Amino acid sequence: MSVSVLAIDDSRTIREMVSRTLGDAGFDVTTATDGKAGVAAFEGRRFDAVVTDINMPNLDGFGVIEAIRGGRTNRRVPILVLTTESGPALKERARKAGATGWIVKPFEDRAFVDVVRRVTGGA
Amino acid sequence: MSDSLRDMFFAECEDLLEALSEGLAAMSDGTHDAETVNAIFRAVHSIKGAAGAFALEDIVSFAHQYETVLDLIRSGQLDPDAEVMRAILRSSDVLADLVDAAQNDRTDRPDAMAPLLEQLTRLADAAPAPIATQPPEPEAVFAPMAAMPLTLAPIVGAESRFRIRFRPERALFDNGHDPLRLLRALSALGELTVDCDLSAIPPLGSFDPEESFLAWDMTLTGDIAEGEIRGVFSFVDGLCTLSVEREDDEAPQSTVPNSPLPQPAATPPGEAETPLVNADPPPDPGGERQPVRAGGAAAANAGPARPTLRVDPERVDRLINTVGELIINQAVIGQKIAALGAEPNSEVMSDLDDYRHLARDIQEGVMAIRAQPVKPLFQRMGRIIREAAEAVGKEVVLETEGEMTEVDKTVVERLADPLTHMVRNAVDHGIEPAALRTERGKPAEGTVRLIAAHRSGHVHIAIADDGGGLDRERILGKAVEKGLVSPEAKLTESEIDNLLFLPGFSTASSITNLSGRGVGMDVVKTAITSLGGRVSISSRPGHGSTFSITLPLTLAVLDGMVVTVGDQTMVLPLYSILETIRPQARNVTPLGRGGHVLSIRGAYVPIVSLAHVLGLASEPFDPTRSIFVLIRADGSQPVALAVEAISDQRQVVIKSLEGNYGRIPGISAATILGDGKIALIVDTDTVVAIAAQTPAVQTIRDKEPDHEQLAALG
Amino acid sequence: MSSSPLWDDNATIEFVSLVSGGQSFCLEITTIREIRRWSAVTPLPYSEDSVLGVMNLRGAVIPIVDLAARLGLGRTDPTARHVIIVVAVHQRTLGLLVDSVSEILTVKGGAIRETPNVRSDDSIRSIRGLLQIEEEMSRIIDLSALLPAEHEDAA
Repeated sequence: MSVSVLAIDDSRTIREMVSRTLGDAGFDVTTATDGKAGVAAFEGRRFDAVVTDINMPNLDGFGVIEAIRGGRTNRRVPILVLTTESGPALKERARKAGATGWIVKPFEDRAFVDVVRRVTGGA
Repeated sequence: MSDSLRDMFFAECEDLLEALSEGLAAMSDGTHDAETVNAIFRAVHSIKGAAGAFALEDIVSFAHQYETVLDLIRSGQLDPDAEVMRAILRSSDVLADLVDAAQNDRTDRPDAMAPLLEQLTRLADAAPAPIATQPPEPEAVFAPMAAMPLTLAPIVGAESRFRIRFRPERALFDNGHDPLRLLRALSALGELTVDCDLSAIPPLGSFDPEESFLAWDMTLTGDIAEGEIRGVFSFVDGLCTLSVEREDDEAPQSTVPNSPLPQPAATPPGEAETPLVNADPPPDPGGERQPVRAGGAAAANAGPARPTLRVDPERVDRLINTVGELIINQAVIGQKIAALGAEPNSEVMSDLDDYRHLARDIQEGVMAIRAQPVKPLFQRMGRIIREAAEAVGKEVVLETEGEMTEVDKTVVERLADPLTHMVRNAVDHGIEPAALRTERGKPAEGTVRLIAAHRSGHVHIAIADDGGGLDRERILGKAVEKGLVSPEAKLTESEIDNLLFLPGFSTASSITNLSGRGVGMDVVKTAITSLGGRVSISSRPGHGSTFSITLPLTLAVLDGMVVTVGDQTMVLPLYSILETIRPQARNVTPLGRGGHVLSIRGAYVPIVSLAHVLGLASEPFDPTRSIFVLIRADGSQPVALAVEAISDQRQVVIKSLEGNYGRIPGISAATILGDGKIALIVDTDTVVAIAAQTPAVQTIRDKEPDHEQLAALG
Repeated sequence: MSSSPLWDDNATIEFVSLVSGGQSFCLEITTIREIRRWSAVTPLPYSEDSVLGVMNLRGAVIPIVDLAARLGLGRTDPTARHVIIVVAVHQRTLGLLVDSVSEILTVKGGAIRETPNVRSDDSIRSIRGLLQIEEEMSRIIDLSALLPAEHEDAA
């Protein structure tokens, strides 16, 4: 059974990139265009992992994490944050909010897949 | 990176840049609300994020500094005063330039980039809070540490043995981690023995299933560096107690318990921790936000964005093609029914009329899909005006009207250059210096207006300035001096104004670095006629000048004149035709070897036989049996194209030949006529150019021994 | 010509056999879009002799090539009895004027013989292999070689 990943990013280029990279690696990828849509998608079905951007309209990445961690179902799902910044403050904040890990944009396909594999243990 | 992703990136950039300039326009109008500023920030941020993936360093580093300043405005640490507004407006221009350069694989940097970067840095530094002003983090080009354990050079060939104690806290589970996966990752590094410590598990009754009670003691043996082990745990920093000790030899022991603070020792160079960066976005300013579509309108007054549909342009083109067929099919049926003797007001004819109207409606609807508002084009002009005004030290504002007027996408694209030239001209030559304006009782600030409107199946675009108007005396003087007009000629004011469009005419007596680039208004005219449009100018001394452009709504349909050439039916584009002439024998005069000229109202025009130029003639050219179509091609003198007959004028659907065949000199495309036959559309510019080349004339002569009778050129 | 078999011995391939310039040829059926009667074409300026002109195929403008002329077998004088085979090659659609179309042949790949490497003129270069049909030898046309991608781009 393939590992399902929900990718949330308001940039369609990044969405496509994530979707292709993970798709090629055998993940089953669903995308959402902003935080709100992402949370709605998350509530709609069970995902094995979430990859989310931070800076987004209609609920940012932190909001997404809070919504998922504070939700009723699957709230311990691995959530990876896609970010262009890699300062310790941001990481600390992401961790506090409940992120499982982070990926610094721009990412290398292999490295990205490795990280997703590591937190999901699959695909 | 694949091309389709790249294309997608640039298409997205286009949207983001548009959202950026819309947001900035709203800000310039005094809208400083959180969502407007946020949308601006996000546009720049998104460009930066995706640009990084394509290693577009210039964009990344510029966007980074730009974003830093925007972030300060967003968080209220920087007041968007006039200077700041100016800087962020100019920055959007530079960013657009950088994107454009990247798209065209150019590496040149806009001149304004370096000074703006400096200014942005200064603005960021001047803000009250401590701000990061270093160039984009070097780690931006590296993948995250956890994924690249090999960035730390392992001690080659040396077997090490580590004792690892790992006790997850509850937060580790809450954050979506699974200790088993961590252990699995460790076992991938070397030989792992695991001992699970169950001592902390409480009696069943008080067991909280979500609490963490387990701890693991492990030994890991292999050719491993400590950093690799820490790498495995990088995401759980602060969510567990971790100790990693090297058991063997004299190696320094590492027993630092994990703390929430990052440990430099565990950080490979790729993720070198930087000093505190002001990277945290401020908390979401209130949950109530307007929905904003990706890259879409963000201006506060734009209201909720309408949902849009992205469609592959090729699909639309196919649809347009098919609808073109429908129109032709309707014409064919019409002809056939008429041929069967149906009365003009019979029932079938009126049904056919309905059919025609429906087909036209569908055609218009389909064309509308390709249509785009001129707004982004006008916004670009705003920027051209800012740059031009700055370069010549004038105060000029842009006013737009009808910017939602829609035009075919290709037309919008191809209008950019001529419009740029005209607005630059307006700023450079039209608008007077502030002192002179004040003297003339006008506001010191000049105005350039861009107006777009639909009128009778065409698009009208006007570029008007409130400057000094054209100096007719000087224009006429120059035209006479250049031999473009005879000194005795009596010209109307409008004729004088339109002398500007003559090839080689340039009004600037001093070359400025703006419009004096050796490009005249004739180039503008050529660009617009090549779109099937027309351009004219009107002017009132002391009050300004207006350039008026009329364009067809679409490029898929051409207004053409159907003619017969060497037994073939062909179409001449109407925009190149000046007039048609049925000559009297005395008006055709032989000239030179095989050449003829046509005299029209005292002027002599070279005659070109279209059939001979295209190699379709089987007989020698007989100018006395021809009809002449006077065309104006590509800035050259008028030429009389000889054809056998003229049938009518009509709109034709353009069919490209290049897909299935290739280019044909002298032919731009084909169309299908009402009878289902194919007619070629003549590329008049090339025909004139071919005819003007001696070898081509030679070829024609070689084919026809009786070359004395052949068409040639003056 | 073809040193290695282009078709798997056991593969089943369908060909359409045709006559052009008085000789027998065949085309793999998968390259054929349709077969229609000759109708008048619109000649193109500056075209090669073998290009007869363009035809309206349900709204698409497609060039028509005289197969015999292209193969160096002399020009065909088209009449209403002649046939146009519409083919797709290199993402282009075009029509081949031939004398007639005979039948559809189903053959095993193993039955296809290599083209003997005798001469290398136009009539040989575009042949992918030979097929024995009863007493006669039919030539399998290599459309890619016959109509190379950029070839029609007039200078």
